[in-house]
Amino acid sequence: MSTLARKKGVGAVIWDYLTTVDHKKIAILYLIAGGFFFLIGGLEALFIRIQLAKPNNDFLVGGLYNQVLTMHGTTMIFLAAMPLVFAMMNAVVPIQIGARDVAFPFLNALGFWLFFFGGVFLNLSWFLGGAPDAGWTSYASLSLESPGHGIDFYVLGLQISGFGTLMGGINFLVTIINMRAPGMTYMRMPMFTWATFVTSALILFAFPPLTVGLIFMMMDRLFGGNFYNPAGGGNTIIWEHLFWIFGHPEVYILVLPAFGIFSEIFATFSKKRLFGYSSMVFATVLIGFLGFMVWAHHMFTVGMGPIANAIFAVATMAIAVPTGIKIFNWLFTMWGGNIRFTTPMLYAVAFIPSFVMGGVTGVMNAAAAADYQYHDSYFVVAHFHYVIVGGVVFALLAGAHYWWPKMFGKMLNETLGKITFWLFFIGFHLTFFIQHFLGLMGMPRRVFTYLPGQGLETGNLISTVGAFFMAAATIVLLVNVVITTAKGQKAEADAWGDGRTLEWAVASPPPEYNFAQTPLVRGLDALWIEKMEGKKGLTPAEPLGDIHMPNPSILPFIISLGLFIAAFGFMYHNEYSWGLFVGIGGLLITLGSMFLRSVIDDHGFHIHKEEVLEAEKGVKA
Amino acid sequence: MHVEEKLTAETFPASPEKATLEGKNKFLGFWLFLGGETVLFASLFATYLALRDKTAGGPSAEELFKMPLVFVATMLLLTSSLTSVYAIYHMKNFDFKKMQLWFGITVLLGAGFLGLEIFEFNEYVREGHVFTKSAFASSFYTLVGTHGAHVAFGLLWILTLMIRNAKRGLDLYNAPKFYVASLYWHFIDVVWVFIFTVVYLMGMVG
Repeated sequence: MSTLARKKGVGAVIWDYLTTVDHKKIAILYLIAGGFFFLIGGLEALFIRIQLAKPNNDFLVGGLYNQVLTMHGTTMIFLAAMPLVFAMMNAVVPIQIGARDVAFPFLNALGFWLFFFGGVFLNLSWFLGGAPDAGWTSYASLSLESPGHGIDFYVLGLQISGFGTLMGGINFLVTIINMRAPGMTYMRMPMFTWATFVTSALILFAFPPLTVGLIFMMMDRLFGGNFYNPAGGGNTIIWEHLFWIFGHPEVYILVLPAFGIFSEIFATFSKKRLFGYSSMVFATVLIGFLGFMVWAHHMFTVGMGPIANAIFAVATMAIAVPTGIKIFNWLFTMWGGNIRFTTPMLYAVAFIPSFVMGGVTGVMNAAAAADYQYHDSYFVVAHFHYVIVGGVVFALLAGAHYWWPKMFGKMLNETLGKITFWLFFIGFHLTFFIQHFLGLMGMPRRVFTYLPGQGLETGNLISTVGAFFMAAATIVLLVNVVITTAKGQKAEADAWGDGRTLEWAVASPPPEYNFAQTPLVRGLDALWIEKMEGKKGLTPAEPLGDIHMPNPSILPFIISLGLFIAAFGFMYHNEYSWGLFVGIGGLLITLGSMFLRSVIDDHGFHIHKEEVLEAEKGVKA
Repeated sequence: MHVEEKLTAETFPASPEKATLEGKNKFLGFWLFLGGETVLFASLFATYLALRDKTAGGPSAEELFKMPLVFVATMLLLTSSLTSVYAIYHMKNFDFKKMQLWFGITVLLGAGFLGLEIFEFNEYVREGHVFTKSAFASSFYTLVGTHGAHVAFGLLWILTLMIRNAKRGLDLYNAPKFYVASLYWHFIDVVWVFIFTVVYLMGMVG
């Protein structure tokens, strides 16, 4: 029962996406859901900047401001950046390694739905008594005292979406280790695949501490625990450690895929092999390793003592070395290359100075003694926005333009793409560059207002104007997406004409089985090698035959829905008697679906050779 | 080899858990999952070590823990790990009946352990060692209780596999499932060794 190329009604399409286990469709789901949360997080950012546009403003005051700033950070990190990274990984990585799907298609769908329901749960707080308000770091000393259910939404929502992320990490590790096509050795893997590999390992080891920290907070707030409560012998610093043991690797979980995306783009649009490929791999692994050694640099002012501070300061500065290696490799990739300034390439070129500035302020923050001055000021806000926006968001925008034709089969409009880029690039620097100086002048972060006559007015106004440039850029991007979807130009398999890696060898969008025949990989930049030898397609590693595919399933959706329901039950169990029943009922839905998954055999189905031949003919014609 | 192939003792591969791509993926994926679980328990242990003296006026570890009960529970769980090794040994020899038998014994021993743990917690509660009493109590129940929840989940899992496959015997579709469940069981056992040392022995000796 193949579902190849058949016209479907709206209901059938929705059902198809609810039950899909195809990594390419899951990528689209991640892109839509992550994009939606990105817009919400962006609106929250605009509200923050409007409030801070002038001194003593009353647009968004006190507690509400705290909620908006908390949700801005939480949404952007967990519900926008992470899923958008997963969208890129799902869309590209299996194809880059010559695989037909990920190792665990069912888990892949489950990971998405867990993230989705966690994110929806978190955002429902707006309508159910107020959002979390203790900052995205939700330090226990604040969050235990926060009234209402805001923090409970944070704690339960992030637990659910965290499980999803963990599954995604394991899935990509196994996929990359076990599912590579013949000849695709580790040192022939494209840089984005390498980045995904290291990122997935970071996810595997970084998310459990967050889960534990969240469980403790859930126990303290909802079940009378004493982990963080000093009155019962608890210690709020435990939350800070657990959070940052997760939180710092999280920065690299976001930025390593960004590095991977830019590595692909630099090589493609310089028409050159990536400079220093093996040192790039080495640097990626080293950054991943060191990423776990530096969490306490977020806690220099906690009072750990000079020896701990010194160790973490030096370890932090060490990360600048492998990052520097990467920067120089990208520059040398462009050196002497035949450069084409497409939209993705513009982002890549702009990324280098922007990200280097974030790196330099990072080393400044790493100097523990100096950090006592920067701590909790706008200098830190400027620093991490230079890293996260200048690194990660630039990469996601670049990657979206670069792989859009592969995901949707149509080229985004280049003119609109470049307008988006310039608006965003100018807006970004306008917003955040001045914040370095606001911070050095003493403006504290997370405070909803400031007084006139302290020299902070002009800087804040400039910053707010910049934010509106980025909003305009986002609107142009959305217009571009709508126009492209309506009447965009159809993309070829090698959409940019200079593709080097395997994803550019299959149709845009790829058929559900990716490769009619598993390819034989003969070196780094597998497609480029074939093209240089004058061949039209890849060298197959197997004869044409029936292709085994996994069955779609609604169970991932129901498993996640069960946890979503359970979270509501447990959150309200202290006020309402139905809480406990709903909580247990939700868990039973989840466990029951897992039981069904276990006892019902799932052997998948086969797409027959003739159908594959038919589909491939359709593509060539 | 193909998943649905009918096999005999002669044609059954030496490592049935890794004979198919699905099996290989499960095998590796589960080892990685256990890596994540290790970090989870490491975080729980670290917190317990930080909070174990913070009794806030409630009973302390020395007053609560009693060696005989914990020792019997430990022996039950350690033995169940051994019996699950026997089960996997028979699985590799394509002896389905003996595999089921040894997994059955594993489940009984595990259930015995869980029963003792419930009894133990019940005793503690009667002595005033309740979850909400102190940071020590919260971290104790969360660490040991998370392990207990793993045991309960493992029991349900192994039982489900045994009942589901009772009639059809072994093949390359369910062999990886049995193997992975036994890996999980061993992991639970290893965690208990650490709990026995860090929580109970260190709690009684100092």
